[in-house]
Amino acid sequence: MTTEAKTETRHLLDLQNVSIVFGGLRAVSNVNMYIDEHELIGLIGPNGAGKTTAFNLITGVYVPTEGDIYFDGKRINGKKSYQVTQMGMARTFQNIRLFSELPVIDNVKIAYHMHIQYNLPEAIFRTKKYFREEDDVTEKAMELLKIFHLEEHANDLAKNLPYGAQRRLEIARALATEPKLLLLDEPAAGMNPQETKELMEMIRWLRDHFHLAILLIEHDMSLVMGVCQRIYVLEYGLCIANGTPDEIRHNKRVIEAYLGEEVS
Amino acid sequence: MNSLVKADIRKLGIAAVLFAAIYGMLETEIIGAFWELNLVLIMINIILATSLNMINGYTGQFSIGHAGFFAIGAYMGAIMTVKLGYDMPVALIVGTISAGIVGFLVGLPTLRLNGDYLAIATLGLGEIIRICILNIEYVGGASGLMGIPRLTTFPMAFWIMVAILFFIKNFKNSAYGRACLAIRENEIAADTMGIDTTRYKVMAFTLGASFAGTAGVLFSHYFFIAHPASFTFMRSFDILTMVVLGGLGSMTGSVTGAIVLTFISAALSDFPEWRMLIYSVAMIVLMLYRPQGLFGDKELSLQMIRSLKMGGKKNDD
Amino acid sequence: MDSGFMHQLLQQLINGLSLGSIYALIALGYTMIYGILKLINFAHGDIYMVGAYIGYVCTTIFHLPFLPSLLIAMAGSAVVGMIIERIAYRPMRNAPRIAILITAIGVSFFLENGMILLASPQPRTFSSEFSASVYHMGGLVINSQQIIILISTVVLMLALTYIVNRTKMGKAMRAVSFDADAARLMGINIDRVIGMTFALGSALAAAGGVLVGVYYNSIDPLMGMAPGIKAFVAAVLGGIGIIPGAMVGGIILGIVEALVSGFISSTFRDAAAFAILILILLYKPQGLFGKNVREKV
Repeated sequence: MTTEAKTETRHLLDLQNVSIVFGGLRAVSNVNMYIDEHELIGLIGPNGAGKTTAFNLITGVYVPTEGDIYFDGKRINGKKSYQVTQMGMARTFQNIRLFSELPVIDNVKIAYHMHIQYNLPEAIFRTKKYFREEDDVTEKAMELLKIFHLEEHANDLAKNLPYGAQRRLEIARALATEPKLLLLDEPAAGMNPQETKELMEMIRWLRDHFHLAILLIEHDMSLVMGVCQRIYVLEYGLCIANGTPDEIRHNKRVIEAYLGEEVS
Repeated sequence: MNSLVKADIRKLGIAAVLFAAIYGMLETEIIGAFWELNLVLIMINIILATSLNMINGYTGQFSIGHAGFFAIGAYMGAIMTVKLGYDMPVALIVGTISAGIVGFLVGLPTLRLNGDYLAIATLGLGEIIRICILNIEYVGGASGLMGIPRLTTFPMAFWIMVAILFFIKNFKNSAYGRACLAIRENEIAADTMGIDTTRYKVMAFTLGASFAGTAGVLFSHYFFIAHPASFTFMRSFDILTMVVLGGLGSMTGSVTGAIVLTFISAALSDFPEWRMLIYSVAMIVLMLYRPQGLFGDKELSLQMIRSLKMGGKKNDD
Repeated sequence: MDSGFMHQLLQQLINGLSLGSIYALIALGYTMIYGILKLINFAHGDIYMVGAYIGYVCTTIFHLPFLPSLLIAMAGSAVVGMIIERIAYRPMRNAPRIAILITAIGVSFFLENGMILLASPQPRTFSSEFSASVYHMGGLVINSQQIIILISTVVLMLALTYIVNRTKMGKAMRAVSFDADAARLMGINIDRVIGMTFALGSALAAAGGVLVGVYYNSIDPLMGMAPGIKAFVAAVLGGIGIIPGAMVGGIILGIVEALVSGFISSTFRDAAAFAILILILLYKPQGLFGKNVREKV
């Protein structure tokens, strides 16, 4: 796998021998992985392979039992989720986690939280600064909603959106934190083939438009083959292969792991 | 000038008119002593309910120990005036800040807990505060701190209440309020939006506790006495009921809940043996038929009344 | 001095054990109902009060002996518990948690104030035939009530353990508390199981009420408030939803309270219970017997 020095890293995200143990079970074991700026990387594997656990490790939900995680040149082991987000990493969830009783626009405005500069007294006394920043945030949020074709739902409650729109809103919300790296956890789950195809094109477009690196989880291999530059394959917590889609397609272990499923 | 500022000025205007009307009725004694007392009580309860709503309604942290912070305000304020001879402003400031400090110290460790566990922990802390007061001879122990001068006046209670309502309203409509709402809606998602959830939970809790302290100072300086029996968990439940009656997350709901319940209590005060029974049945029936409270988490506003008539658009602020 | 201390310690342990048995009896109902409905039944302490009043009527007005009185009180309270569940809680099954909690508080107020109307707020005393015969054992004072409390508690706990572990209804109860939806799919009548849980829990609390009446000789309509909350503390201490946990939690709480009032001051007794609560919530929120569960992200 990677051959860099163990403490210095040039990559945007770098996992070095990362493991996590839950009561004797190694959910993620000795994983090495890196992502460079502007890359679109896939993380695949059968159900229960540890993909979401890997996401949770990267985003600070879990703390690795062993190994180190570097983001943007800094070690982020043990950093809390919100700190990791503040460093420029955003994510979506496999089971959508919107602020469902709040309007769509507020979902996005909340994500601009860390760009707000006014302090509590300025908010209470509603100074010029408060109004300037609030207007600014509202405007930016509307722009994002437009990109995701959600602008006419801006004042609807998030829970009342159709399923596909909820998935889009979650991505819009993640982008509002202005990340360098975006992690998408099965964004195509529950979508039909046509929607999935559109989504994959959109993901590629997002990377170019927002100058992002994107890490994408999918359990369906064929999906990521077309869109990702490199792919990591997890099975039982182990990284069993990584490489270009072509290399993965012909990798023996991957074929075994997916035995019974067609590898396109 | 911004439309929101204009809306604020209009609201202040309404408050001033309301004040003038009530004050006029008090001066001309159209409102007698009994209802004057209940008016002040309503204002104190409005402060308590809206401040608890910041914690339970906005931030979704289930606290049922609000009486403890109310007690700290009541006692600290009374110590300032009775024992140390300061004026009311000092009492108000000290009462507010000390309740806030205790809220902060209590909130920091306990707000890690979720749901029912937080509820029962705050209930326990409220009781611990009361039991501690009960055991401090300096403030009268079990017989209470007596001889507090009546320094709370109707205008003072009214304008402090208005100031606190403005504070809470503007808090909700800022990035701070949005962070709290996000925590209520989905704490894990709020976290991944870069929101330090602990910080905002503690902030809402501390602010809510401070205002309960303010209410406490007003309370003890209106009723001449600070007595441990005024601050049992029954009081906490009372405040919680006001909030839930109006609708969790709705400030105008909390205001309405406080007015309605204080009014019912006062109206039934001639039938003390039936009062609590009716009160409890009303509580159960309300929860059975309208568990989201009167307003849900919506705010009552002119637009809302208009839209009810026309069946039309949504309101904000 | 040293033997004096030991003597005092043993005496407080005995007192604590009988007090703790009462807490345990109430805590069992709390823990069972929480386990099955995830509801803090704030009215549970008042069921204990209702049980004490039924016991009072049986013994003092109808002059029934102890055992029939105890059984009647348990049966009567079981019915009251089931009625409360049927009227107030069942329609709320899918309501927001806070609404159910408020309902429970409402039921609690209703029972307290209903009893004030019915029986007046004045405390009542149990008939004097139950007053203590005191035994002295090596300088320790044990009275007959303490022995009755301990024996009754042990018998009731054994009976409950048998019901929960050996009977069909007990199995159904465990199944529902583990996963209500799955249990429903297995053909278990959830409503009946929940009703049964309330009946059992209420009967145990009523037993506690009668025993307290016999022990302290005095009951009043608000007697359930403090023990109710403390029994909840006991349930949390043992691990909420776990039956042996409630038993042990109750006993520990009783002993700690007895030690605090014996060695520090009785006014701090109540604070001790809450201090335990806060500490356990902060350091081991799953309780002494609970397993750690983390939320899946």
